[in-house]
Amino acid sequence: MTEWLGPQEWAAVGLSLKVAFWAMLGAVVPGVLVAYALARWDFFGKQIVNVLVHLPLVLPPVATGYLLLVTFGTQGLIGGALKEIGVVFAFRWTGAALAAAVMAFPLLVRSIRLSIEAIDPKLEQAAATLGASRLMVFFTVTVPLMLPGLLAGMVLAFAKAMGEFGATITFVSNIPGQTRTLPSAIYAFLQVPGGETAAMRLVVVSIIVAAGALILSEVLARRIARKVGQA
Amino acid sequence: MSVEVHIRQGFRGFDLDVRFEAPVGLTVLFGSSGSGKTSVINAVAGLSKPKKSRVVVNDAVLSDSAAGVWVPTHQRSLGYVFQEGRLFPHMSVRKNLMYGNGLAKARPEVASFDQVVDILGIAALLERRPSELSGGEKQRVAIGRALLARPKLILADEPLAALDEPRKAEILPYFERLRDEFSLPILYVTHSIAEVARLATTVVALKEGKVDRVGTAAEVLSDPSFTPMGPRAVGAVLEAVVAQHHEDGLTELSANGVALMLPEVGHPTGHKVRVRVAAHDVILSREAPKGLSALNIVEGKVHSVRSGGGPGAIVSVDTKAGRILARITRRSAAALELSEGVRCYAVMKSVSVAPQDIGTR
Repeated sequence: MTEWLGPQEWAAVGLSLKVAFWAMLGAVVPGVLVAYALARWDFFGKQIVNVLVHLPLVLPPVATGYLLLVTFGTQGLIGGALKEIGVVFAFRWTGAALAAAVMAFPLLVRSIRLSIEAIDPKLEQAAATLGASRLMVFFTVTVPLMLPGLLAGMVLAFAKAMGEFGATITFVSNIPGQTRTLPSAIYAFLQVPGGETAAMRLVVVSIIVAAGALILSEVLARRIARKVGQA
Repeated sequence: MSVEVHIRQGFRGFDLDVRFEAPVGLTVLFGSSGSGKTSVINAVAGLSKPKKSRVVVNDAVLSDSAAGVWVPTHQRSLGYVFQEGRLFPHMSVRKNLMYGNGLAKARPEVASFDQVVDILGIAALLERRPSELSGGEKQRVAIGRALLARPKLILADEPLAALDEPRKAEILPYFERLRDEFSLPILYVTHSIAEVARLATTVVALKEGKVDRVGTAAEVLSDPSFTPMGPRAVGAVLEAVVAQHHEDGLTELSANGVALMLPEVGHPTGHKVRVRVAAHDVILSREAPKGLSALNIVEGKVHSVRSGGGPGAIVSVDTKAGRILARITRRSAAALELSEGVRCYAVMKSVSVAPQDIGTR
């Protein structure tokens, strides 16, 4: 197996998994909060938040990557401030994770929002009459009932993060072992003569990872649905 | 132990101004849809915030708009039984039952888990999911969940409205027990006269956002001018005691000494019951009838004759057993020369009283 993929290729696969995992994990909590706010609250500027969240979905990824570079680069507004406390995104794998998270965010929010909107607010009211505070209602009623949507959203986000290319390469470039994720590696192999076989091998790996993620989410979703009682 | 409620709220083209005091027992908020009864109960629960409100339960002020007091729903110590049950689909029946119980550890329990499970007969359901329960079972669990939340006030919003007739008959007795066995104030919203007749200690009848009348079930229902659901739904409530069970399947009740024969009543001798006698099941006679198959003939005096625009009239007759309402035609009323103070006999067939119209009190 180690012979099947070269060390560079293994590095790309490992990096991609790491980037996608952290992108997904980092996006979950803000994703749930934003989805909840969009689904349940009416506030000033709701439409603006909605557009901002969905922007990465419709914007050219290269544009998103460039905006990230401008804001989170070492010279950027946020990136400069973060550098002071030792957090650097530019040209690091963390930057790739940030780019992937931003690109996956709309998919995650959409999925969670739909599942929150499917929860009958009357159940949350009932919990309140039984003595549950807002926070308690959220964790004992809302979160368990939105789990299927949350899980689907996380898988989608993971898959999106695995495949993210445009924003990543613009923001953090294509440095082997640092920011060369699976798609970047495939792209790089295709740029050099005789790289097609290596590219093909990575495409196969991509298919395996993507299909595995889908199957896992199906199995988990079915289990949760059974637990939640789908009533 | 009592509840004081005053709610004021202006909606578009509809002013709600409801004020009443509910003593211990079950207070029915009665009215047709659009009378404002659900707005009132939701304001008491804190689920909606009316412009002006004052709600006091056993000296605890839950809201007082004049003093700027508004206790949020989860701190109101409630047990709310909703029309649709609203059980948590992701929890077992056991967890549903204990949900409120675990959140209010500081308050004393109204009833223990075992007691509630026993009263409601839900021991076999504990490990099931709400999706595996029938409508009646769901409502029993919902009652249990409310009771186990250590409530100081029970609220119920049309808890039987979504059930079919047999299921209603199955759940009604549980509310009677709730009323009789726990000294909790209960606020119960319904548009069903049958439920008022069986359950109400006090009736607060609402009409277009205002309190129309207040009184005991017998007082309000024996008032012939009270016909919120049309003349067909009129019927007086008699209070009686089970006197004897006869071998032929009849039960003899004693209503203030007057014997009433009814089809078998499922309560032991000495049990206090209330019986709703529909006005259209009562025949009036000026003379003591003879050779009649009807078993119940009660002598009384006409209190009033009320006729509306139609061919019918409602005659209220004061008897020793209590006030009885009879719905007859205006023509008959004229032919019998029925008017205030006239002696007459009210005739009721035993079998015309439906079992679900006999409840405890």
